Amino acid sequence: MKKVAGYPDSLTDKQFHYCPGCTHGIIHRLVAEVIDELDLKEKTIGVAPVGCSVLAYEYFDVDMHEASHGRAPAVATGIKRVHPDKFVFTYQGDGDLASIGTAEIVHAANRGELISTVFVNNAIYGMTGGQMAPTSLEGQRTTTSPFGRDVKEAGFPIKMSEMLTELDGSAYIARVSVHDPKHIRKAKKAIKKSFEIQLEGKGFSLVEVLSTCPTNWGMKPLDAIEWLKNNMIKTYPLGDLKTPEGVE
Amino acid sequence: MEKQQSVVFDIERCKGCELCTAVCPVDIISMSEEINSHGYHYAEVKEQKKCISCGMCATMCPDVVIEVYKEE
Amino acid sequence: MGKKTLMKGNEAIAEAAIRAGCRYFFGYPITPQSELPAYLARKFPEVGGTFLQAESEVAASNMVYGAAGAGARVLTSSSSPGISLKAEGISYIAGAELPAVIINIMRGGPGLGTIQPSQADYFQATKGMAHGDFYLTVLAPSSVQEAVDLTMDAFDIADKYRNPVLIVGDGIIGQMMEPVEFKDPIDPDDLPKKEWATDGAKGRERNIINSLALDPHDLEDHNLKLKAKYDRMKEEEVRYEELYTEDADIIIVAYGTTARIATSAIEMARKDGYKVGLIRPITLFPFPSDIINETADRVENFLTVEMSLGQMVEDVKLAVSGKKPVHFYGRTGGVVPSPEEIVEEIEKIGGER
Repeated sequence: MKKVAGYPDSLTDKQFHYCPGCTHGIIHRLVAEVIDELDLKEKTIGVAPVGCSVLAYEYFDVDMHEASHGRAPAVATGIKRVHPDKFVFTYQGDGDLASIGTAEIVHAANRGELISTVFVNNAIYGMTGGQMAPTSLEGQRTTTSPFGRDVKEAGFPIKMSEMLTELDGSAYIARVSVHDPKHIRKAKKAIKKSFEIQLEGKGFSLVEVLSTCPTNWGMKPLDAIEWLKNNMIKTYPLGDLKTPEGVE
Repeated sequence: MEKQQSVVFDIERCKGCELCTAVCPVDIISMSEEINSHGYHYAEVKEQKKCISCGMCATMCPDVVIEVYKEE
Repeated sequence: MGKKTLMKGNEAIAEAAIRAGCRYFFGYPITPQSELPAYLARKFPEVGGTFLQAESEVAASNMVYGAAGAGARVLTSSSSPGISLKAEGISYIAGAELPAVIINIMRGGPGLGTIQPSQADYFQATKGMAHGDFYLTVLAPSSVQEAVDLTMDAFDIADKYRNPVLIVGDGIIGQMMEPVEFKDPIDPDDLPKKEWATDGAKGRERNIINSLALDPHDLEDHNLKLKAKYDRMKEEEVRYEELYTEDADIIIVAYGTTARIATSAIEMARKDGYKVGLIRPITLFPFPSDIINETADRVENFLTVEMSLGQMVEDVKLAVSGKKPVHFYGRTGGVVPSPEEIVEEIEKIGGER
């Protein structure tokens, strides 16, 4: 019997603290699998954000930094400049990257920092209790938009990935989803491609992963998967948004 | 050699979210009557023989509960 | 030791950082420290250093956090409003126990204030740069030469304690030109390897740079560990200078540029028969409380002079512990006190001669 699926080497054996059905865990596993497949474990330095994945440094079995809210790309910049031969990634949520950390992600991308960002977008602030995020959908009910997000008051769902494609320093920008096995496999491929882009010195890379938050969306995990599929993808279309020349 | 299980669940890691149950093409994953030490009804496969080792459940699992094996 | 060179304070500090083996600078433009980053931008390419002008002070201080955690000697510099923004990263640097050196060429505040010299960031530097229970080591040079020497020492102190070190100067220290002599440069490759730093966990357990400790008992333990470091600094790092303290009955306490002006005032007052001395704190944290307290047993009065509404004077009062009166004279908002003004204060305290 040959093992075809199992526990990646680049995850510690600590059980994730995420709520049942939260797809952060899937994305953690994909990142760890890609680190394993590219044999990066001993040359990786990761940066964890603030938000639900604040404890990511407990799960990735590599050197890690815990950054302050939104600043992971700045922290990663400092690390990468000191260790240009190492592999540096940030793992950030949408409250972190698309709100408080917009300046840091935009300028890291614009400088073409050789870092890779895994951007987990679940359209809500999870850890602080389900507040509206800049990524929340129009009409989405959250604890701070109890009557649904009114775009006239609160602005529009922010499309970070599309914005970042406009910068000359960004090399690879993709949006993927983890709502079913087929899309999860595509997500892994995109994460792998983004890591390779860094290793090849092509520029900044980012993969936005649409993710669920059953607890704060107020849904059962399977219903949250459906909601992601039926609502989020309409606002946040999937695919490779920017690919460097000569890369498939 | 005796045929081992095709799919192995680390039931202590399972949080009972049921995402795996929805993606199994042969529909053999069910939730246990019992609970694990964290209080969750965990996912299990009673009819191992029916498993086709496709790995869909492991791909979908957010808690890295599942190992899948295939005949070589 | 090399020959003497005439240099502007800001540039001399930058050169000293290079000689201390610093090869990473992350900053954001602000007056009156602009010559410092400009010097490094010019000189770093010669030594393989990395100069990065960040998108903001917030980003710069977090780049410092990253580079320091990755094991490098790293510098950032700014001026008052910029230091307020850097406070976020500095709190994380202190929490994660990382060595880094920060320069604050202070200007008048609050708010946007002025670009003129000031010492109004004493509280910020010594009492709570940012959230949490921590201290920076704070060094206050009063000449360009001392700024150079303290900058080189700052990197060693930062490494010794794994704690951020802040050097506070004012616009005068930054802009003034004086002859300086530099120590021989340190090759960063000769510095001891930081075993705790992140550089890819090859053949070792992984390293984690972190300031999060959700369990209150864990965080209390961590805070107590930090306190032990601060206590050790109080034992080992206190620096000050004394002038005419043997026969003095009035002691002026002043630091940085103000101490130089006070020295002129003391020379003038002594000619008029006033027995005035000076205690000049060189470390603002740890504060030279013991010498002030001991001196209080044999002098009659203290006069604290600052370019602020009175910040360090609180520490002087704590050190004197009510033994003798502590007077205060300050100019603020970017106004520099004159020696004559200080002599007037001495006359008020010492009576007519």
